[in-house]
Amino acid sequence: MIEFHNVTKKYGDNVAVEDLDFTIEKGEFVFLVGPSGAGKSTCIKLIMKEINADSGTIIIDDTEVSNIPNRLVPKHRRNLGIVFQDFRLLEKKTVFENVAFAMNIVHKSKREIKRQVPQVLSLVGLESKVNSYPNQLSAGEQQRVAIARAIVNNPSVLIADEPTGNLDPDTAWEIMTLLTEINEKGTTIVMVTHAKDIVDRMNRRVIAIEHGHVVRDAEGAYKENESH
Amino acid sequence: MKAISYTIKQAFSQLGRNKHMSSASIFAIMAMMIILGIFFTLMVNVNLVAQNAEDQFDTIQFYLYDNVTDEQANQMIEKISKMEHVTEAEYITKEKAMTIMKDRWGEKSYLLEGLSGNPFPASIEITADDIKYEAGLVEDISTMEGIEEVKFYKEVINKLLAITGYIQTGALILIGILIIVSVIVVSNTIKLTVHAREREIHIMKYVGATNWFIRGPFLVEGMIIGIIASILAAVIVGLTYYKFVDLFSSKVLIMFNSGMVPYTFIVQNLVIIFVALGISIGALGSILSMRRFLKA
Ligand SMILES: Nc1ncnc2c1ncn2[C@@H]1O[C@H](COP(=O)(O)OP(=O)(O)O)[C@@H](O)[C@H]1O
Ligand SMILES: [Mg+2]
Repeated sequence: MIEFHNVTKKYGDNVAVEDLDFTIEKGEFVFLVGPSGAGKSTCIKLIMKEINADSGTIIIDDTEVSNIPNRLVPKHRRNLGIVFQDFRLLEKKTVFENVAFAMNIVHKSKREIKRQVPQVLSLVGLESKVNSYPNQLSAGEQQRVAIARAIVNNPSVLIADEPTGNLDPDTAWEIMTLLTEINEKGTTIVMVTHAKDIVDRMNRRVIAIEHGHVVRDAEGAYKENESH
Repeated sequence: MKAISYTIKQAFSQLGRNKHMSSASIFAIMAMMIILGIFFTLMVNVNLVAQNAEDQFDTIQFYLYDNVTDEQANQMIEKISKMEHVTEAEYITKEKAMTIMKDRWGEKSYLLEGLSGNPFPASIEITADDIKYEAGLVEDISTMEGIEEVKFYKEVINKLLAITGYIQTGALILIGILIIVSVIVVSNTIKLTVHAREREIHIMKYVGATNWFIRGPFLVEGMIIGIIASILAAVIVGLTYYKFVDLFSSKVLIMFNSGMVPYTFIVQNLVIIFVALGISIGALGSILSMRRFLKA
């Protein structure tokens, strides 16, 4: 599903990731952990083809990312739902419009949008907030809207860059429950996080990155000595 | 179709959100086009006058004072006919001058009905056997009594052609500068909208919007600015010229022996030129403003 083979990306002399090597299978739920500046966001940008690797190969869904021509990058991204720490909702659009917007982009019909958006909003538990604006929602609810937007076009992978970073523990855990549900429906999930307690409690595969290298890749807890 | 209606809706809402800058760019392009329009009307009219003059290239006209009698005029003709290099000398009465004008104007001769009295002077029209003797003949004949003015077209045409050349060069330079300024103004306006929608654009790119889907509304926004400006400019120049023809066509007629270019011709051409130019300026301006944005 997602394969990194000896991937290196440098910014000038600054090594962001180096010889990075891991494979994520379809349907997995994987945590990407590591200290700030380790290279986690760089991995996501590489997957999205927002930046290109200096060397090595990245394969997503059997396609080598470096072979995707610029004009097909949008199509590539439609297969990858993405969620950020800061939600990135459009303040002037309602919850419905924020989600519908992702469908507009792929030229879905009004009828499809009217059918699909409420379905996704009910999946994330926001059926009652359809007409609210982002500033009328709690942080957790805003992140749910962002998740709804990310999955409305049925991507095969959902990528989340510190999605719980701005949430209190209870709300964070609710988001994790939602992500688990989405994962159980078959969507591969890659989540970047700092939240040790969440990773420990989820008990999933953890890829730890430091200084641009994979330092550990194992099922279980945030840190090795705490593994089950 | 869905994409097109989205694009156009989005473009209009952007225009609305950015009223001041939009009106400023509309105004700038419009001012540029009005100047272009003035040059254009000037050019086509000068060309018409030059062309009309050229038709009469081989004749020299000596206008007579109104108090010169037919008899005196005929005596003058007799004298002139005997001069060397004069192949033909004809007396054209005031009435004949009017008839000639009516013929020349064809279906637009109704414009002459409005003139008070007959403003055309009587004249003696001569033809020389070679252009090179014309200047000498003019010198000799001008000294005769009763002659008010000489229309010696060779000179007039040369002057007109020179003026046309200057106007053309000047206009091209000025228009070039103004087009560049307009493109810059539009691109700055669009840059503001792009900037206001920066977040949205980033999100759109993450969700997988194509560059054209993102560019579309900005491109249309620029083109709408151009089209509005061009229509306003065409209306302003058209109306002004219409008024001008109304007020001055009879004066131009008497001074240059030529009608003015009809305003319908001017308006039709200006609309085409302005709209094409407006759309291009708008599109170019918005493409420039988005270059940085949509690399990857
Ligand atoms: N656009 C950039 N220009 C220069 N250096 C960058 C850029 N983006 C990231 N880096 C560097 O690459 C390294 C990895 O960054 P990043 O992947 O964002 O880390 P993380 O997300 O794990 O905190 C850091 O040293 C960071 O300073
Ligand atoms: Mg990061």
